[in-house]
This record gives sequence, structure tokens and C-alpha cells, in this order.
Amino acid sequence: MGFSGLLTITVFLPIAGAIVIALLLRGDKLIRTFAALVATADLVLTVIVFARYDTSVGGVQMVDKIRDWIPGMGDGFAVQYFLGVDGLSAPLVLLTGLLGFVAVLASWHIGHRVREYFMWLLALQTGVMGVFLSLDFLMFFLFWELELLPMFMLISVWGSEPRNKREYSAMKFLIFTILGSAFMLVGILVLFFSTGTFDMTALPDAIAGGKLLLPAGMVFTLLFVAFAVKLPLWPFHTWLPDAHTDAPTAGSVMLAGVLLKMGGYGMLRVSVGMFPEVVSQFAWILATAGVINIVYGGIVVFRQTDLKRLIAYSSVSHMGFVVLGIASVAGVAGSVSPLGLTGAAMQMFTHGTITGLLFLLVGFIYDKAHTRYIPDLGGLAKRMPFVTVALMVAGLASLGLPGTSGFVAEIMIFLGTFTVWPWATAIGATGVVLAAGYILWTMQRVMFGPIKERFADITDASGMQFVPIAVLVFAIIVVGVFPSIISDVFSSGIEPITRSLENVAQTRLR
Amino acid sequence: MSIHDLYLLSPEISLAALGALLILVDLVVKRKGILPALAVLGLIVPLAFSISLWSDLAGDNTTHLPGLFNAMVVDHFSLFLKFVLLAAVVVVILASTEYVKKIQRFQAEYFALILFSATGMMLLASTTELITIYISLELTALPIAALAAFRRDSRSTEAGLKFLILSAISSAVLLYGMVIVYGFTGTTSLAAIANQISQMTLTSGTPFGSNALLFGIVLIIAGFGFKIASVPFQMWAPDVYEGSPTPITAFLSVASKTAGFAVILRVFYVAFPLDTLSLDWGALFAVLSALSMTLGNLVAIRQTNIKRMMGYSTVAHAGYILMGLAAVSARASGGEAALGPSGVLFYLGGFAATNLAAFTVIIAVSNRIKSHEIDDYAGVGRRAPLLAAVLTLSMLSLIGLPPGVGFWAKIYLFGAAVNTGLGWLVVIGVVNSVVSAYYYLRVVKAMYLSEPQSDVKISFGFPMRLAVGVSFAATLFFGLYPTPLLNLARTAAGALIS
Repeated sequence: MGFSGLLTITVFLPIAGAIVIALLLRGDKLIRTFAALVATADLVLTVIVFARYDTSVGGVQMVDKIRDWIPGMGDGFAVQYFLGVDGLSAPLVLLTGLLGFVAVLASWHIGHRVREYFMWLLALQTGVMGVFLSLDFLMFFLFWELELLPMFMLISVWGSEPRNKREYSAMKFLIFTILGSAFMLVGILVLFFSTGTFDMTALPDAIAGGKLLLPAGMVFTLLFVAFAVKLPLWPFHTWLPDAHTDAPTAGSVMLAGVLLKMGGYGMLRVSVGMFPEVVSQFAWILATAGVINIVYGGIVVFRQTDLKRLIAYSSVSHMGFVVLGIASVAGVAGSVSPLGLTGAAMQMFTHGTITGLLFLLVGFIYDKAHTRYIPDLGGLAKRMPFVTVALMVAGLASLGLPGTSGFVAEIMIFLGTFTVWPWATAIGATGVVLAAGYILWTMQRVMFGPIKERFADITDASGMQFVPIAVLVFAIIVVGVFPSIISDVFSSGIEPITRSLENVAQTRLR
Repeated sequence: MSIHDLYLLSPEISLAALGALLILVDLVVKRKGILPALAVLGLIVPLAFSISLWSDLAGDNTTHLPGLFNAMVVDHFSLFLKFVLLAAVVVVILASTEYVKKIQRFQAEYFALILFSATGMMLLASTTELITIYISLELTALPIAALAAFRRDSRSTEAGLKFLILSAISSAVLLYGMVIVYGFTGTTSLAAIANQISQMTLTSGTPFGSNALLFGIVLIIAGFGFKIASVPFQMWAPDVYEGSPTPITAFLSVASKTAGFAVILRVFYVAFPLDTLSLDWGALFAVLSALSMTLGNLVAIRQTNIKRMMGYSTVAHAGYILMGLAAVSARASGGEAALGPSGVLFYLGGFAATNLAAFTVIIAVSNRIKSHEIDDYAGVGRRAPLLAAVLTLSMLSLIGLPPGVGFWAKIYLFGAAVNTGLGWLVVIGVVNSVVSAYYYLRVVKAMYLSEPQSDVKISFGFPMRLAVGVSFAATLFFGLYPTPLLNLARTAAGALIS
């Protein structure tokens, strides 16, 4: 194992940029440009990482490893510096780079405390990137916690009015996440003292082979709660609508686009990857919770009158699909299809791009129209053709129209899960119908119909604003038409997980 | 008593001498500004002696240098704590420079009292004999009572008096416990006590070996519990913290606690080792730990005064550290023995850095805004961006979040507890960390989110800058690279185990 440095730079470039901004740069314009440069550079790095990942070889690649970063205390307790990318993380790293770039460009109009704003935004990106690339469990946890403060600050300083509401939302987000991660810490420590390692690549075997200090189901639950809060899985979802609604546009983009994916990623890598036995036992709970997420989220959307809150609840619904896909791990008759898990991973990627775009556009509409209250809006299409087209693309992708990335992910999940949980899948599929309903209805109320008088001289996107929108539209369509560029990579990461799941299913059959 | 004994005591002797020197210098010089400078420079002497002693221990077979008729010992454990204490004293003195300008007279006495108290604390880290422990404790406490009352207003006087009386009561309790243990074993030397107990064949049969001994140990825990402000002996802490001059509050919460835990570790690991004593005092500490964490954090939520809040936060942190003492039973079950005490020592070091960083900022800010109300910290983020950033990172570190050293400190302590099967205690601990996030972040929220009451920048002098800088640098450095502190803590804990 060596040290190539590529991943280290990818992870720490944004925070290095943040430090430069904090200490050296003065002047809003300069800071913005510099932040955009850093984000662009990091996007390029993530593209390189993604492109260099060789699916024919598979496994963990581009490793940066220092074995004794923090040497052992007693026997072991050594923390490694261990960054690596595999099929599961490579697309998510790309997603983080992409949305980080989009988030910086979407913040061009921020005029309040600019220096701090971009500092936190870039720091946030390092936190998320670190979560996806860490393969040492303690480092994973460190980055998981590192992401909290930037998001807290972004929501509570630059969020929407009124102030006490956004401060409440920020605190709620923080307390929920810390509570989840506190349990995760206990789980990580139990795993360490049972197996003697924090190495996430070695842990699956170590857990399968050894005896844990606590029952495996308990350790699983401790870890799972953290991921369920982050994803968020019903009934831990209540922080999400508040946080998404009150975050500034870029904050919502990052929150919905990548922060939620930390939860899904944790479920795939840790809950499924390390506890195949437990997870296939508990799969029925996952299926149930997933379906509740889908249907509950889908129904609540209809009652929302705030555009951002509406998208927030639609996220709850869409994240339900991820969990439903994961529930396919139980398998039928001793065989586990990788389709469900790959679909779940795909759903994370596509939801990141789609919802990122939705929040971006809604933020844009809000900046122009000064309201997100749906009954006040209407007929914007006449004045904002470009935004309307982009919103159509995002909306149709969100409801799973073939040819967009949303379709690919959902069909994979349904195909993978149907044989295992036919009823749950059937009920879950109504989520697509619900999505069609709320998306089209919302589009009609906001963009079409007669234009309200007060929007007579509203203007369409221009200049710099085209770029992030176009980038995401492009991503949605490309992945919709050529899903294999992403799904092949995910498959290569999911393949070993499926193998261990099959073993479990076979043993149970016998 | 020989010259060698004096050499072993040299850090303490030089520290006390420095205090006396300050009072003498005060008589002859007019410019009082020289006093803190002299104090800080003078501290190099005990530090140098400590380093020299540490290097004497480098050899493989000299891990302990007993002296003074075996009433004290110089080992890695005591020296580690001396380093922490000396560093804390340096920061406290630097942070006091602006404060003492307000008091015209008795400046030298102020610094001298700090140094005398620190002498007692350093002795505590070294003593291995009950009477010496008692005397060192009194030497620690009495100057603090005077210092707490130094502002001479009603709040401060109340703080001093409260500390004095409660300290006296707790000392009496402690002394009573010691007497019982002495009556039971016929010796005051810690090692001899362990020896006596092991020969008494009390390990089986009756559940606690002997009720009398148990009673003595419980009283000793109660006496020490006062010094570390653990529940249910914490009631003095918030009032004294609020009333005392803020640098003294910092001194109390960091140095006093460090010394308290030092002596607890020494007494319980040396005199009452678990393998000869069927009383599992680890369980007692586990209960105290759970109570301290929970009560400290819950009450801290309701505080509006930042000093009171830090007072309760200190109670909560005593709870976390007690977790490391509770994690002793690994020893009995053959697990990794050093994890508990080295976790405690690492936490003490990390907590000292973090808490001092927080307190120095509080001193600097409160000096200017003339208030200790959290609401009055509104807009400090803009009036003093650097101070606010330091305080934010310190608060995160106190919660146990990266990038401060508090993150690792908590990980190691919780790890030690998980390792000994105290899963339930760790769950209480992590839930408490979540609760604590709420009130620590309220300070951050006030600094960054609320509008400032004035736009005047908060400025502060060079010594203050140095104090903030040193403690903050330590917090961040050990947060990013905990290895050196960790190795020191492990070496120090090793001295206790062997």
C-alpha cells in the first residue's frame, strides 16, 4: 500500500482554499473567484479520480495510507490515515465534486459576510469528500463530524428569514445528526475492541470471523441509527424539511445532493457491507420503513405550499427508494440479485443531481420573485423559458421519465426488489405515481397558467447562472441515456457485497 | 533527608521560592508590570527541573525515584502532571495580567498565591503517603480560597468563604476516611496499605472484604470528589466559579481538577489495587461518572452566565474523566490495563488546553464588554473574529468534535470504557455529549448570529494574546496530531500500573 496523494489533495483542497480565504484574501469579488477556482479544480480532480478508477480491476484503488497515523494505545487502537476509492465511493466522489462546484457558482449573488460564507462552503465540501473516501472507520467518523459545523453556520447565518426560524432549523439539524453519530461512535468503538481494527476494508471479514462484545444486532442498530438520521429514514426525518427549507440555496443543494447520501453510503458500506447476516434478517424492517418513507413523503408533499419544503418532502420520498432497494438484500431462495443495491446506489447519484438542480432552480426563482409561496407564483414560463425547461427536465427526471437518470435508478430498484418483497415494491411503486402527481401539479401552478402581474418584468437566467444549471441538466440526461457509465462502477463496488450476502442466504437455506 | 531528596523536590521548591521572591520583589520595585513577567520567566526553573528529572528516568530500570522516606516519588506519572500544571499556571498568569491592573495593591500576593497553590498541586501528583497527601491538599486549597475572594466584592467574598468552608468539610471527611484506612492497616504509606490489605485474606467471603475498609474508601472518594467537583459534591463549583476572578476560575477548573484526578489515580491504583481488594471501586466511580455527566450537562443548559455555564460544564467533564477511572476493571479481567489511566491523563492534558483556550477568550472578551452574560456575547464574531474563532473551536473541542483535541480525548476515554464492558456508561456519555452541544453552541450562536451591540473592535494586550495563542495552539495541534501527547500519557500511565 502506498501513497499516491491524489485522494489526499482531492479531500483537502477545498479546506485549504477555505483557509487561504480566511487568512489572505480580501474583497468579495476576489473571494468569489478564488472559491470558484478551488471548486473547479476539485471538480477536475474528482473527474480524474472517477475516470482513473478501473472497474476491470475493482477493489480499493489510489490508496493513500499511513499505517500509524496515530499510534496504538495499549494493544492497537492505532488509527490509520487511509483514503481509498472503490466502486461504491467513486461515483459519489464525482457527485460531491460536481455539486460542490454547482454550489459555489450558485452562491454568486451572496453579499452578506462573503468571506465566511465561502469558507464554510468549502470546508463543508472537505467534510463530505472525506466521508466518502475514508476507509478507516475513525477517520470516517472524524469527517462525518467535521461536516456539521459548516452546515450549521450556513443555515443559521445565510438561511431564509425569519431569523429565529432558521436558527431553530440549524440547531435541529445539528442535534439530530450529533445524536445519530454519538451512537455510531459507540458502535465503532465496540467494533474496534472486538476486532482490533478500524480498517473498513478488513472489518467485514473480522466481524464475520470474530465474536463481538455486544450482540451483532445491537452494534448494527447503533451504527444504523446514525445513517437513518442522515438519509433520513422515517421516523428520523423531521429535521430535514426544516433544514432544507431554511438553508440558503447552495446549502440546500449540498444538503439534499450529497449530505443525505452520506447516510445511504453508510448503509451500503457499513450496514450491508459489514453485517450481511443481520441486515438480511432485518430486511423486512428496511422494506417497511422504505415504503413508509416513499408513501408518507409522497403524500405530505401535496399539502406543501412552500416550494422548498415541497422538494424537501419529495426527497424524503425518494430516499425511501434507496432503502427499499437495500431491502432486497434478503434475497430469494438463496440468491441475491445485485440489481436492488446497484439501483439504490444509482438512486443516490441521480437524486443528487436532480434535487440539486431542483433546489438550484427554486432558489433562483425565489431570488427573482421574492416568494416561494406556491399560490403567489404562476405563469413564470413566459418570462423565464430557460429556467422552465430546466425545471421540466429536473421534474420529469424526478418522476422517473425514461431517458432521464431518475428512470434508470427506480427501475433497477423495482426489478431488484420485486422478487424479494413483491407487496412492498408494489406499494412503493405508487410513489412514482405520486411523484408524477405532485411534480406536474406544481409545475402547472408555478410555471404555467396566466402570468401574475407582479412578475411582468421578471428576467430569465443570465450569464454566470447558466453554468450550474446547464451542468446539472447535462448530467441528468447523460446518465439517463448512458446509465452504464455510473452503474458499472457502482456494480463493481457492490459485487463483493452481493457475494457475501449470497453466502449468508445460502447458509440460511441449508 | 538528603540532597537527593531536595533534588527530587526541586520543581516544588523552586516554585514556592518563586512565589516568595515575587512578594519580596514587590516590596522594592515601583513598576508592578514586572511581576507577571518575572513569574512567567521564573517558571522556567521548575520546568527545567522537571525536564531534568524526566531525563533521569529515561533509563530502563529507574522508573521510580522515591524520596523523603518514601512519602513521595518522582515517576513519569507525576512529571507528566507537573508539565500540565506548569503549562496551566503559565497561561493563567499571562491571562491575569490585565486583570491585576485593576487591583492596585497585593498584585504580588495574587501571583504568589497562585504559585503556592500550584506547589501543592505538584506535590499531590508525587505523594505516596496519606498525611503528605492531606497536607498537600490543604496547601492547594487555602490559597485558592484567598484568591477566590480577591475581588473583595460581595460575590467574590461569598465565593471565597464558600470554598473555604466546604473545602474544610471535605478535608475533614477525607481525613476521617484516611484515619479509618490507617486504623485498619496500621500504615499511611500507599504501597504498604496495599501490602497489608493483600495479606488480610479478605478477598473472598464477605462481599466487600470489610465494611470498615469500605467505609474508609467511600469517605476518601467523597473527600476527593469535592476537589474534582464531581456530583454529589459539586454544589460549591458554580457559585465559586461565578464569584471568583475569571483567571482564578480557569485555574480552578483546570489545575485543581488535574491535581485532584492525579491524587485519585495514585491512591486508588497504588493503595487499593483491584486484584487484592474485592471491592470494585470502579463501579462506584461509574455511578459518580454517570451522575456528574448528566447533572452537569442538564443544569448547564439553563445557565445564562458564561462562567456558571463553564462551572457546570466542568462538573460534566469530571464525569467524563471519571469514566476512565471506572474503566479500571480491565485490570482484573486481564485486559489492557493502561487504557483507563492513560485515557484519563490524555483527557486531563487535552481538557487543560481546551478549557484554558476557552477561558482566556472569555477573560479577554469579558474584560472589554464588562459582562459575563452569554447574550452579551452577541456579535463578538465581528468585533473580534480571531477570539470568536478560538472560542468556537474550543467549544467544539469541549463537545468532543474535531478538529480540537477534545475529539481524541473523548474517543480514548469512551474506548477505555467500552473495552471494559461499560457500554451502558458510554451510551450515557455520548448522549450527554449531544446535550452539551446545545449549550456550548449557544455561545457560538450568540457570537456569530446576533447583531453586535457596538462596532468597537475588541483589542487586548500582548500577554493575553500569548495566553490565547499558546492554549489554542495546543488544542489545535494535539487535535490534528495527538501522537506526542498520547505517548506521554501512555508512558505516564505505565508508571502507575507497574
